[in-house]
Amino acid sequence: MNNFEYLMPTTINEAISFHESYGDQAKYIAGGTDVIVKIKEGKISPQYLISLRHLQGLDHIIYEKGELRIGAMVTHSMLERSPVIRKEFPILTDAVENIGSVQIRNVATIGGNIVNAVPSADGAVPLITLGAEVRVIGPKRERIMALEDFFIGPGQTSLKSGEILMEFLIPKLLSHTGAAYWKHTRRAAMELPILGVAVLISLDDDMKTCTEARIGLGVVAPTPMRAKNAEAILKGNKVDDEILKKAGEAAAQECKARDSIRGKAWYRRDMVELFVQRMAIVAMERAH
Amino acid sequence: MKNVSVSFTLNGDIVTAEVPPNWTLLKTLREYFELTGSKEGCGVGECGACTVIIDGDAINSCIYPILEVEGKSVTTIEGVASEDGTLHPLQKAFLENNGVQCGFCTSGMIMSSKALLDHNPDPTEDEIRASIAGNLCRCTGYVQIVESIEKAAEMIKEGK
Repeated sequence: MNNFEYLMPTTINEAISFHESYGDQAKYIAGGTDVIVKIKEGKISPQYLISLRHLQGLDHIIYEKGELRIGAMVTHSMLERSPVIRKEFPILTDAVENIGSVQIRNVATIGGNIVNAVPSADGAVPLITLGAEVRVIGPKRERIMALEDFFIGPGQTSLKSGEILMEFLIPKLLSHTGAAYWKHTRRAAMELPILGVAVLISLDDDMKTCTEARIGLGVVAPTPMRAKNAEAILKGNKVDDEILKKAGEAAAQECKARDSIRGKAWYRRDMVELFVQRMAIVAMERAH
Repeated sequence: MKNVSVSFTLNGDIVTAEVPPNWTLLKTLREYFELTGSKEGCGVGECGACTVIIDGDAINSCIYPILEVEGKSVTTIEGVASEDGTLHPLQKAFLENNGVQCGFCTSGMIMSSKALLDHNPDPTEDEIRASIAGNLCRCTGYVQIVESIEKAAEMIKEGK
């Protein structure tokens, strides 16, 4: 590992001012399960690591009036063990309990997973499907943006130099809403997905007509994406097998799947078509 | 690079290490404290041979920055047996049920399963398998390891 100084600020202002002093030589570190590995592999060689673990108020899970706020330093284990998330937002439990191993989940943070911005990020797909926004603070100002717009490309986010991701804001769900995530893998653990599919469906009081649909896809584009054509097919219609099949086909068509070491494009498109349907069925069960 | 000073509880004793700031917890355990029970397999958090327990949670010590250990309580395989040398039920069960072949993964397996049993004394087989999903064994496979953990849970329940 290259030599680095390890700084442990206790306030956000201190963290940002460290970053301003050292500029490109500095890198923020949360749980470190990605940053330390990248340093060990020689992919990055920061002179200063600025730890975010000692900042106050970044590890909350607050559920109030239907809105959910998750601090960026919340670990995957904290999400996995959270009763309110398991009950009200099981789509997040679907994702986090299948990330890495116990050892990784005990340390790795949801903020780190998002800032890392790999196309396969399991945390990102359910969060964009829930319509999450992110709160970001930087040297000059604080801003809030849709998580969907936060991702620019593989490994790239719209975070500017010195900015820190603070928290995720998840809006109140409509009544009769259910959502589910499927991580498609070969192995049961320690695996990146071949693809990830999240579906959220809100139903009218008749429990048949779809009032809102959101479909998130992972791995099948340079960033986590929404399948908006497929969503439009569901919205306003009675959900049955036929329409779900159409939505699955539309999602397969609008995704930008490509061949990679973990799967071929044709297979990914076929699985998007299938799992959009299956996750929609799970989502509707959960809406009851 | 100037050394930094880190104080924490290690297997029940309060200790201080003076090491470079870019050392990991694993390197500090092995090279400063000469506790070589925790192993380096992959070095990147995939294989679990370096697993130790920090404040009750199993973690990969090979990617854990040493400065983050300040004030915390670390348990390694060297701290699992009683001071008089009596083995922990997990250690006995691994020995008696062929949970060990080459032994390289064993300390990590025991630390992961200890973290599980400390939280959940009566785990299902699925819970056992999930708890060691981040621990790779390349010799014997996992059947004897899972059986060892089940036997250890029984021994603990019976107060052995």
